[in-house]
Amino acid sequence: MNAQMPPPLLTVRDLTRTYGSRIGCAEVSFDLYHGEVLGIVGESGSGKSTLLSCLAGHLPPDSGRVVWDGTTDVLALPEAARRRLMRTEWAFVHQNPRDGLRMGVTAGGNVGERLMGAGARHFGQIRAQATDWLERVEIDPDRIDDRPRAFSGGMQQRLQIARNLVTGPRLVFMDEPTGGLDVSVQARLLDLLRGLVRRMGLSVIIVTHDLAVVRLLADRLMVMKSGRVVEQGLTDQVLDDPQHAYTQLLVSSVLQV
Amino acid sequence: MPLAATPEPSAMIEVRALAKSFTLHTQGGTVLSVMQDAQLRVAPGECVGLTGASGAGKSTLMRMIWGNYLASCGSIRVGTVDVARADPRAILALRRSTLGYVSQFLRVVPRVPTLDVVAEPLLTLGRPEEFARAAAAALLSRLNIPERLWQLSPTTFSGGEQQRVNIARGFIHPWPALLLDEPTASLDAGNREIVLTLIEEAKRMGQAILGIFHDAAARTRVCDRLVDVTAFTPGIAA
Repeated sequence: MNAQMPPPLLTVRDLTRTYGSRIGCAEVSFDLYHGEVLGIVGESGSGKSTLLSCLAGHLPPDSGRVVWDGTTDVLALPEAARRRLMRTEWAFVHQNPRDGLRMGVTAGGNVGERLMGAGARHFGQIRAQATDWLERVEIDPDRIDDRPRAFSGGMQQRLQIARNLVTGPRLVFMDEPTGGLDVSVQARLLDLLRGLVRRMGLSVIIVTHDLAVVRLLADRLMVMKSGRVVEQGLTDQVLDDPQHAYTQLLVSSVLQV
Repeated sequence: MPLAATPEPSAMIEVRALAKSFTLHTQGGTVLSVMQDAQLRVAPGECVGLTGASGAGKSTLMRMIWGNYLASCGSIRVGTVDVARADPRAILALRRSTLGYVSQFLRVVPRVPTLDVVAEPLLTLGRPEEFARAAAAALLSRLNIPERLWQLSPTTFSGGEQQRVNIARGFIHPWPALLLDEPTASLDAGNREIVLTLIEEAKRMGQAILGIFHDAAARTRVCDRLVDVTAFTPGIAA
């Protein structure tokens, strides 16, 4: 509660992306601060994945501004500088680990490749860091030379997280990271993510349709419908006292556990 | 944890002219007015009990102070923050350091060991892991949760055990403001006594406590004053 506040890590203003006459996402604005986890929820087609792709630089928006760390205008960056940002300070965890891993490369290679992409060259150090990260995501280091093809879905997802976090990014985008997993595996992944957020001071933008996941993981919540943000606020407030008609429908449609 | 100097002895929790209504969009936009002109003060070292029949709004008032229910109008000052107007970041910061809440529900990531569940508020405050785990272990022992259960997730525990885990989490940090929703509800006599002693100790440490106690004897023992929320319930015709 100190008056001295650092600037937001990510500032997004009026971000819009259309597909012809159809709206992908429209006029989305928010600030994300250091160490904060922002959840984006909405049903399929609500624009949450389009928004995440625009933010992460996978899809060019039609208009709007994205400012990184108070000064960098991300959308105006030269391509090389933007790629460098995405390789070092940002990370993207896909729903399907196959989209974020190289399936023909060993587990150690998958983690090491991202380090090399960020400039690491010393083989021994790369391997030591890869081993360390496999342990952190609870993969037996004995499996460092196995290919992810031989891993279970939960292990593949943890390997994808190791590959993404090994370079010490400050912002991680996650698209339905617990989507295709058994509930017991989901729980383990949630616990892992919470620990990493706390220890590394990560900021996370997580897109999901699973309200139970955001309740446990997100500090703040944005609810999207038809490409627009219809409600945002503190996670438990949005879930326990939703104000917008759509959020009320969404919350009341969930089976109680 | 002293606040900025104010001329009069300042309440830690101060609710003024608070009103709450729900608009049910899924039911034709029905507006339910559930509270109006609620007033309340809790000073450091004081325990105030909320009374009133079931449905009168005790839990609603408590949730508005915690910030998961929005206020329709009025103010809710906790320390230096007006929860009714604060942005989410300010409320999260308040919950980390200043405002604690023992709810009736234990909401945790499944499979996380009980010891870590209880230690979490201290870890979030940046305390060293060993310190946080030792404090959690001490409270769990005191609340008679056997050590063999500490490495298991509390989701498999009985109702009374889960409640004691929730209480341990709520007392692991001396929050200057503490909300207690039925803290003794499903406890046996021995554990009830321990929880009441914890509340008395918290008062001596200067914590401002607002509680809901259906247990009349517990209420009489720990509460300095009672506030009947029926006074804030709007007429049925509203």
